[in-house]
Amino acid sequence: MSAQLYPDDLFYTKDHEWARLEERDGQKLATIGVTRFAVDQLGDVTQVELPKEGETVKQAEVFGSVESVKAVSDLFAPLSGKVVKVNSPLADSPEYVNEDPYDEGWMIQVALGDAKELDGLLDAAAYQAFVREQGE
Amino acid sequence: MQRTPLYDAHLRLGAKMVDFGGWAMPVSYPGGILDEHRATRQAVGVFDVCHMGEIHFRGSRAAEAVQRLVTNDVGRLADGRALYTVACLPTGGIVDDLIVYRIAADHYLTVVNAANLEKDRAWFFEHARPLCDVTDASAETGLIAFQGPGAKHALQPLTKLPLGELPSFALVDRCEIGGVSASIARTGYTGEDGFEIFCAAKDAPALWDRLVEAAAGIGGKPAGLGARDTLRLEARLPLYGNDLDETTTPLEAGLGWVVKLDGADFIGRAPLRAQKEAGVTRKLAGFVMTGRGIARHGYPIFEADGAAPVGTTTSGGPAPTVGKNVGLGYVPAELDRAGARISVDCRGKRVDAEVVKGPFYKRGRE
Repeated sequence: MSAQLYPDDLFYTKDHEWARLEERDGQKLATIGVTRFAVDQLGDVTQVELPKEGETVKQAEVFGSVESVKAVSDLFAPLSGKVVKVNSPLADSPEYVNEDPYDEGWMIQVALGDAKELDGLLDAAAYQAFVREQGE
Repeated sequence: MQRTPLYDAHLRLGAKMVDFGGWAMPVSYPGGILDEHRATRQAVGVFDVCHMGEIHFRGSRAAEAVQRLVTNDVGRLADGRALYTVACLPTGGIVDDLIVYRIAADHYLTVVNAANLEKDRAWFFEHARPLCDVTDASAETGLIAFQGPGAKHALQPLTKLPLGELPSFALVDRCEIGGVSASIARTGYTGEDGFEIFCAAKDAPALWDRLVEAAAGIGGKPAGLGARDTLRLEARLPLYGNDLDETTTPLEAGLGWVVKLDGADFIGRAPLRAQKEAGVTRKLAGFVMTGRGIARHGYPIFEADGAAPVGTTTSGGPAPTVGKNVGLGYVPAELDRAGARISVDCRGKRVDAEVVKGPFYKRGRE
């Protein structure tokens, strides 16, 4: 169960975003989204505001927002980099974020600027521990 | 935090609980707000509204006492009938919005907002106690709303009372529902047909279980405060604390229809009459977002591309049944006309919107 809630291959922030790393053509890419915990807190997502391709995002800074039925929440970038891809279907189908936050509900992909930034992120076990503390 | 008698039932159902004006209340159950909204529009939603306040007025001068407090005409109520109204300050500002039920000539019940209960109680005691007996029965009273197009059908098996014969805004004081001694009114806050059922607080859990079971039989379900808010907004029913407060008058809020200036006197009548004669300068307008964005409480409103804000959003969010983002907000009276172009500052981004008159959602006639 815990592996599904917070997959082991992801990096996490205390703001409840995740990043998945991959290397393509020698370039380090990070796909970014929000965690199951975030989704559960938000409730039904009705709108997602994301940067455009070519824009840059900065670690720990706001890169977009998620509107749920009840409220609006900022999205904080887990890593810095140039946006190379945006999950544009979310514009019409924001419910993907609720249904499948780690796959269909991904938000942006960035070309990683500085791999050292990964040191500031949590692994699945540390994130899960953090979430458990939050719940108490 | 205060708990309603249904607190344990909510936990069992896996509700997400939030602090609502000092009450631990379910914002939604595991299906989510949109699902509960849809269920209420299509079948029936069951709502815990035990947190609301019930204040009774008893005695030969009860009608006079209630009339002093509210703007609508209490004198036109027959036994077993109810009306929606507001109570005002001497300034005409709104103390609360409420429903007044006439149980008998010498017994009126008012149902007030939970967040205002202490304030209302003090206000009612101060102004009505010289005339009649006023008691706050909120703690001993349970209240469950059963709302939706399937409400009558789903509820009928639980009672001998012929529900179809109960008119809108009517009340049957003593009856049995689901084996529980209750009072039932055809009132609600969702824009649908439905009932609000009063019972002793101790009986509320048993009644809740019956109602949830009856709802499930037709595809209905428990619904939390989240759905209650989207439902009422879609039906354009104002929410005290958002759309109404002590600085707004019923005339500004579009509630002129509950202000009977020519009837008996009530607190706030003179300033309301003066405001009506002078003409209101700002009004609570409804609007639909035409651009991509959701207006939220507090977001500034502009006239089209105007530079300076002319008003403020008081409620906003998705209207799931109509598939649009909608809002309410105070704007200069001349902007409150169908088709008027406005814009809302949604966190630094100007999003276009259009003023609309009437409810965003209106149920079909039976």
